[in-house]
Order: sequence, then structure tokens, then C-alpha cells
Amino acid sequence: MTMRMPSFQLAALRTLTRHQVVLGILLLATVGIIARAVYLQLINKDFLQDQGNDRYLRTVTIPAHRGMVLDRNGEPLAVSSPVDSVWAVPEVLLENQDRLPLLAQALGMKTGELEQRLSDREGREFFYLRRHLAPDLAQRVLNLQIPGVYSQREYRRYYPTAEITSHLLGFTDIDDVGQEGLELGLNERLQGVPGSKRVIRDRLGHIVEDVEVLRVPEPGKPLTLSIDRRIQYVAYRALKEAVLERQASGASAVVLDVATGEILAMVNQPAGNPNDRRQLNAALLRNRAVTDVFEPGSTMKPFTASLALESGAYKPETPIDTSPGVLQVGRYTVKDVHNYGRIDVTRVISKSSNVGISKIALSMPAQKLWELYHRLGFGALSSLGFAGEQGGVLKPYSTWGSIGHANNAFGYGISVNTLQLAQAYTVLASGGVRRPLSLLRRDKPPEEETRLLSEDTTRKIRAMLELAVSEAGTGAKASVPGYRVAGKTGTVHKIAHGHYSPDRYRSVFAGMVPASRPRLVCVVMIDEPRRGGYYGGVIAAPVFSQIMEGALRILNIPPDAIPTQNLVVATKPEPGAVPSEAGR
Amino acid sequence: MKISLLKEIDVLNLDSRRRPLERLHLDTPLLFALLSAAALGLLVLYSAGRENLDLVLRQGVRLGLGFVVLCLLAQAPPRYLRTWTPWIYGGGILLLIAVLMVGEISKGARRWLDLGPLRFQPAEIMRLAVPMMMAWYFADRPLPPRLWPLCGGALLTVLPVLLIAKQPDLGTALLVACAGMFALFLSGLSWKIIAGLGLLAAGGGPLAWRFALHDYQRQRILTFLDPQADPLGAGYHIIQSQIAIGSGGLYGKGWLNSTQAHLEFLPESSTDFILAVFAEEFGLMGLCALLALYFFIIARGLYLATRAPTTYERLLAGSLALTFFVYIFVNAGMVCGLLPVVGLPLPLISYGGTSLVTIMAGFGILMGIDSRRRASPY
Repeated sequence: MTMRMPSFQLAALRTLTRHQVVLGILLLATVGIIARAVYLQLINKDFLQDQGNDRYLRTVTIPAHRGMVLDRNGEPLAVSSPVDSVWAVPEVLLENQDRLPLLAQALGMKTGELEQRLSDREGREFFYLRRHLAPDLAQRVLNLQIPGVYSQREYRRYYPTAEITSHLLGFTDIDDVGQEGLELGLNERLQGVPGSKRVIRDRLGHIVEDVEVLRVPEPGKPLTLSIDRRIQYVAYRALKEAVLERQASGASAVVLDVATGEILAMVNQPAGNPNDRRQLNAALLRNRAVTDVFEPGSTMKPFTASLALESGAYKPETPIDTSPGVLQVGRYTVKDVHNYGRIDVTRVISKSSNVGISKIALSMPAQKLWELYHRLGFGALSSLGFAGEQGGVLKPYSTWGSIGHANNAFGYGISVNTLQLAQAYTVLASGGVRRPLSLLRRDKPPEEETRLLSEDTTRKIRAMLELAVSEAGTGAKASVPGYRVAGKTGTVHKIAHGHYSPDRYRSVFAGMVPASRPRLVCVVMIDEPRRGGYYGGVIAAPVFSQIMEGALRILNIPPDAIPTQNLVVATKPEPGAVPSEAGR
Repeated sequence: MKISLLKEIDVLNLDSRRRPLERLHLDTPLLFALLSAAALGLLVLYSAGRENLDLVLRQGVRLGLGFVVLCLLAQAPPRYLRTWTPWIYGGGILLLIAVLMVGEISKGARRWLDLGPLRFQPAEIMRLAVPMMMAWYFADRPLPPRLWPLCGGALLTVLPVLLIAKQPDLGTALLVACAGMFALFLSGLSWKIIAGLGLLAAGGGPLAWRFALHDYQRQRILTFLDPQADPLGAGYHIIQSQIAIGSGGLYGKGWLNSTQAHLEFLPESSTDFILAVFAEEFGLMGLCALLALYFFIIARGLYLATRAPTTYERLLAGSLALTFFVYIFVNAGMVCGLLPVVGLPLPLISYGGTSLVTIMAGFGILMGIDSRRRASPY
């Protein structure tokens, strides 16, 4: 004991200082940690708090309900209905392999396919299992309570009138953003302003709690079109039947309201159903009425004739010598189908004499004709802003030369689209006034209007066009029982490989009803009919008749021709009358 | 001599002058501090475990078990402990070797030994056995130790440390090494040798980096130095944990309001990183209070150690108290980004059972030692 005492005391002395050292280290360590905590919790607090907030506070958009598109009577043409998109966190879902068959069944997929798609996306944090499920089906999937499977609300566009309005409306993509047609052109207005909200999300992106709404979504404004769904339907059906019957490659028809410039119908063939995404391809959805331009041919003759009447040098009964049915213009020859001999201006139109209209045109300055065409809107885009619209070509008159001048008089060397031609005919129908078109419903006629022709001239032209639809003209098949119809046929050789093709045509009919006081203008264009003829009077005129008959009935427009036995006669083709068409 | 003998025999400690807890060989201040920390731990665990009551109940059962072990070990007279020490140590070494040969592999490490109904980590035994053995070894030798005893003591520590590091279990190896080193330090190792060892460690660092550390361990150190190098991978834990702590600010967000844990951004939020949840919910004030509580526990432990009568008891008690300190410091340092990530839980707070029982056993021994100081021969 005594031996160990000193050494113990020595040790005690040393351990005493050691205890101080130990206590010192202890204090130092504690202070170190507290210093670190002060650094993190006081000095760096704001930064770290922001970092923390960034991890769970997210601003997410609240989709705005896309505006409905309605026809002029409030019938829906495009509506957005709520759907649910089911999405998953692959990482979490793959941990529940045993539930995959159930999930696949609820989603309507094969288990193997689902597994494949999941494992392809392993490591991602978001993956759409299926988009745009009906809400009840999505609920069924969620009811399986499989971890890592969530749903989100979206809107899906539905088009009740399907392919009937497909070209006009276009369609939206899967995120409900306009891709074609009106949906694209008026996307801004339709889609509204999406709102946003702040939410708390956990690491896997699941929204735990809504914190606050930052901006209430502003739903898109509904759009009331000038289109009348019923007329649209009648026009579509007539056009489709004609295309099927004639085995044509395409067709367009436009119906305009003369007084307001509203587009009542605009249909095309071929068409696709926008509700079925597999049918969404460019060829099916091209709005040919504005995107396809063609040489209008004889349908332009009334404008040349109206210029002649305006000049005062011609009257409807002014005789024109068209014999021998051929006219030499420089190195070129203008031909008629028959030698009509000496006929008046009215018959030049109703018989559609190229020689006659050329002679009339060449007697006036080319500039006058160009100016009229220009003011009628040819060679320029409409102000409606259609996607892919083509304005056509109106060459400067200085480049025409004599043959160009003559050709332009009967609609060659100039290209137009169906809508332009229809708008030009409203000038004839309205008594010489050009009104801006509208695809949106107008409650009153537009104040902006330009007088291009005198009322007297247009009345005389309409009389000529009425004769053209009679048995004495080329467009008898355009007649509508009970109504007086004025209109003009057109048959043009298509251009193929830089030359006029001898056997490929476009058949056109442009006209108006009722001729006594026109309310509607309609243009029908049928591209490359392959069966049953090709003349505008044979191919396009019956379609016009069909559309107008329906439209007049739908709009309840009173008949202006008392039905007589003529009616019976009118529906029979006149054996001897072969329409004269086709320049050169 | 007669009286002291009687007192030593008085295992039941029926001295009527003592308070009831002291009669059970328990230290009242330390016990209350431990109970408060445990209660606080359950509270934080409820929040960190996303309000899962099951989790809290399971942890409560473990804590109860821990306190039972504490009370039982407090009854063991240090004299007997000293006698058993070599056997416990030797048995522990054998078990460690057994683990390396037949242990179960879990999460890439061979740590568990399955003895039928009993399934445990022998490394945990060494956390107590090493300080006991060191104390036993130096107790009868002249202090400060001379060179050969020093080398012998060092060997007693290094052997189990290497066996544990081989598993690998870096955290426990570190703790065991610390326990041994503290015993050496408290035995009065001369400052020259300490300085020499320090230099050796500094020189050995790069060598250890090259040869001793596993790739994942190297990665942890690199990540510690620059967490932003791989913020979504290796650096994720550290970054998230610091964000959680920093978000707490001075006063914290309040109980159950930890966003980083509740929204699952903070990994291991109820185990190794639970301190970050605590700091986010209770702020700097709460953190200081918790550290003060821990500081009190360690200081009380050290105080009890200084009061211990024999060298064996003193070395053992001091080493146990300081090991507890290492636990706290390594975990807190890791969570707040002062130290690299080492998988050590926060004692009494983190979810998990094995280490808890060992810690409580350590405190039991500590209390048992103090309770019998007047019965000691000195």
C-alpha cells in the first residue's frame, strides 16, 4: 500500500490535469457543434430555408378550361371534357411487382408490356401510364391503392361534329394546345390563362397539401362561330356523296351569308375524325377551301362581263360575233366547244363562250380587269387568318400580254381558292358591295363595305347567271325547286407537270339563291372527278343544288319561284345542250 | 477493516441513510438525465417517423429493456466485474472471430451472429469489454505505464478494432478504438507519447487512405469535403441534413412541423439523422438545450469517474463516459456537416436497439462503480 501511494498520487495529479484537458476537449467539441449550428441556423438560415422550400414548395399550373366552340345557334362544335391521366413513379411501382398484373388489367394493357415500359423508365420520377382516361376508369385504377400510382386532371377536346367540321376547327394536341385550324388560329383566346397554385409535394412528387392559389385560372372564352351546324352537315353530306360517286380526289364547298359576309358552312373532302388521333394526318385535315388554289375558269366570266357593263360600252343584249368558235390571239388560239355564231352578252355568259368573253375583254384595258380582280380580293389572303391559307396568284397586268388578258377574262392564268371565289360572288349577289368575311357570328351586317360594282350592273349579271342555270345554260342541274337560282359553271384542266393535263379536271360551280334577292352564295369545287363526266354543270352543279335546297329549308327562306311544271322539266337534262367549257 | 468488509458484502445496499434509488445503486441525477433524454427521444421519433405510433412503441420497449439492463448491471459489484473482465474480453474476441467466419451478411457487412434465439452483434460486447480489459490491464501496473505495458495495452485495443473493422463496421471500430485510447490516456500516458502517436496518426492517414479504407469509406470522406460534387447521390444525406437544420432557425418550426422529414426529403430521418429533424423542429434553442443535457450526462459520468476509488474503476468509468461523448460528437458532427458520414446513431434518441442496450449497460456499470465507492478498500 505505502509503495503504491506515491505513484497513485502522481497519477492522481496527472489525471487531474488530464481531466482538465478532457473537459477542455469536451467543451471545445460542444462549442464546435453549437458554432456550426449557429452558422447553419442563424447565418445561413435564409439560404438553407430557401433550399428547403425549393424541395417541397412547388408552383404548379392549374389548367384552364379551354373555351367551347359553338355554332351560330349555340350548338357545340368543340368541347373540353375532364379526363384523368394516370402516372407513376417507376422506382416505387417496380417495388410492387406482384401488383403489376392487376394494374395492367385496370389500364387495359398486357402485363409484359407494362413491365417493359416501366423498366425502360427505371430511375425516372415521372411516367404517364396512360393519358386521358375517363374519370371513372382512372378512379378504378386509383382504387387499387398501388403505391407510386397517381392521377392528374386534364382536359380532352371532343368534337361532336367530328369530320364534318374537322378542317375548320383543326384539333388540339394531347396537352390541349391548338395544332391546326381554328384551334391553332384562335388558340390564345380559347385556351384562357392557366392559373397557378403553390403546393407541398413530397420527394416523390405527390401533392400533400395545397398551400395557396396564386392565380385563379381564367377559362378560355367560348367562341361562337358563324357556322350553321345544320348547313355544314348538309354541305358535308352532299360533298361526300359526290366525291364517292365521282371518285374525285378531293372537294370543297363554301356557303356565305350575302348580307353579313358570315361563313355559314365550309366543308372539304377527304376528311378525318379529329376525335380519333390515328386519323389526324395532314392530308385528311387540310382545309382545302382555303389552302388549295386553282384556276377558276369560266366562273370568272361574270366579272369580265360586269366590267363590260360598267364601262357603258356593252349592254346585256349587245351582240358579239363568236364565229367561227375560234379566236386567234397572237400565237395562241382561244376556242369554244361549239360555234355559237352571233350571240349577245347574256348568252356569252349562259353558253360560256370563251371567244365572246375574250373579245369583250380585249376591247377594254387590261388594267381595268386587273383592278376589279384585285379589289375582289383575288391574289391576297383573307383577313381571317386560317392556318395554311393560300391567297392564289393574280399576275400584274403588265405581264399579261394579249393572250394573258384574254385568258384572265375566262379564269385562266389566275389562281383562287374556293373561299375567295365565294366572296367575289357575294359582290354580285349583294348588288355590288364587298363585305369582309367573318368566321365568327355577326349580330349585324358589318359597317365596313366597299362598293365595287353598281347595283344595276349586278342585277343584269344575275339575270345572265339565272339564264346560265336554266335549260338554255350550262348549269341547269344547279336549280333548286321553288327558287330562282343564279350561277355559273366552270370546268378547268388541271395543271400537271407544268402543262394542262388533257384528262384531269376541276369542276366548279359558283352561284346564289334566291336569285330575286340573293341571301346565300355557295361555291362547290370538285377536284379530279373520274366517273360520270367532268363538266362543272354535271359534277358540281348538282351538289350546289343539294346544298342550297337544304340551306334554304333550314334558314326558312321563302321561295321566289312558284313551282310549276317547269320544275319537272328542269330536273331532266336537255339532250342537245352540251356545255361549252375548257379554254385552249 | 471489518466495517469496510461488511459494506462490501452489503450487496443489497440497505443503508437506510440512502435514498431509494441510491439503495438500488443508481445515480439519481444521471438517471433522470438519461430518462429525460429518452423521453425527448420518443417525442422526436414520433415526428421523425412520420407520426407512426408503432415505431415509438417499439422504441419504448427497447428503452425499457435498456433501463432494465442498466439497473441489473448497476447491481454487479465492480470487484466481480474486474474478476470476469479477462473472460468477457476473451469470449468477445472469440465471438468476433466466429462472426468473421460464420456471421450473417446483412447490407454488405458480416456483423450478426445467430445463436438460435439470440441474434446479436459481438462488436457491441467489445464496446464494454475493451475499456474493461484496458482498465484491468493497467490497474495493477505502475502508472504512467512503461513502454512494454503500453504496447500490451495497445495490442488489447488494436486486436478487436481490426476484427471489427474487417466486418466492416467502421463506426463501432472507431468507438472501440476511442474507448481503448481513452483508457490509455487516462492511465497517464506521457504527453510525449501522445504527441508521437498524433504524428504517427497524421503520417498514417494517407497510408490508411491508400490501403486500409474501403472505396465507400473514401467516398464518404470525399463527399464530406465537397457534398455538392454529387448532390443527388453521395452528397444527398449531408446536404438534406444541413438544409433541415438550417430551416429550423433560432426557434424551430415546432414539433411535428419538420418538412424535410415529413416529406421524405431527409433520408434516415428516424435513425442516424434524427438530430436534423430535432434541429428543424426545435431550432437552435432546442439544439443547445439537448446538447446541454448530453453535456450534463457526460460531465456527470466523468465526475463519477473521478470519485471512483480504484484505478480499475476510474479508468473504466472515465473511458465509458468519454466513449459516450464520442458517440454524441461523431453523430452531431456528421449530421451538421462537421465530420464525414459515419453510421453512428444518436444515443437515446435515434431509432434502433442494439447500441442502446450497450450504452445503458455502460451507464449501469458506471453507476454501480459509484454506488460502492465508500465500500472500497481505499
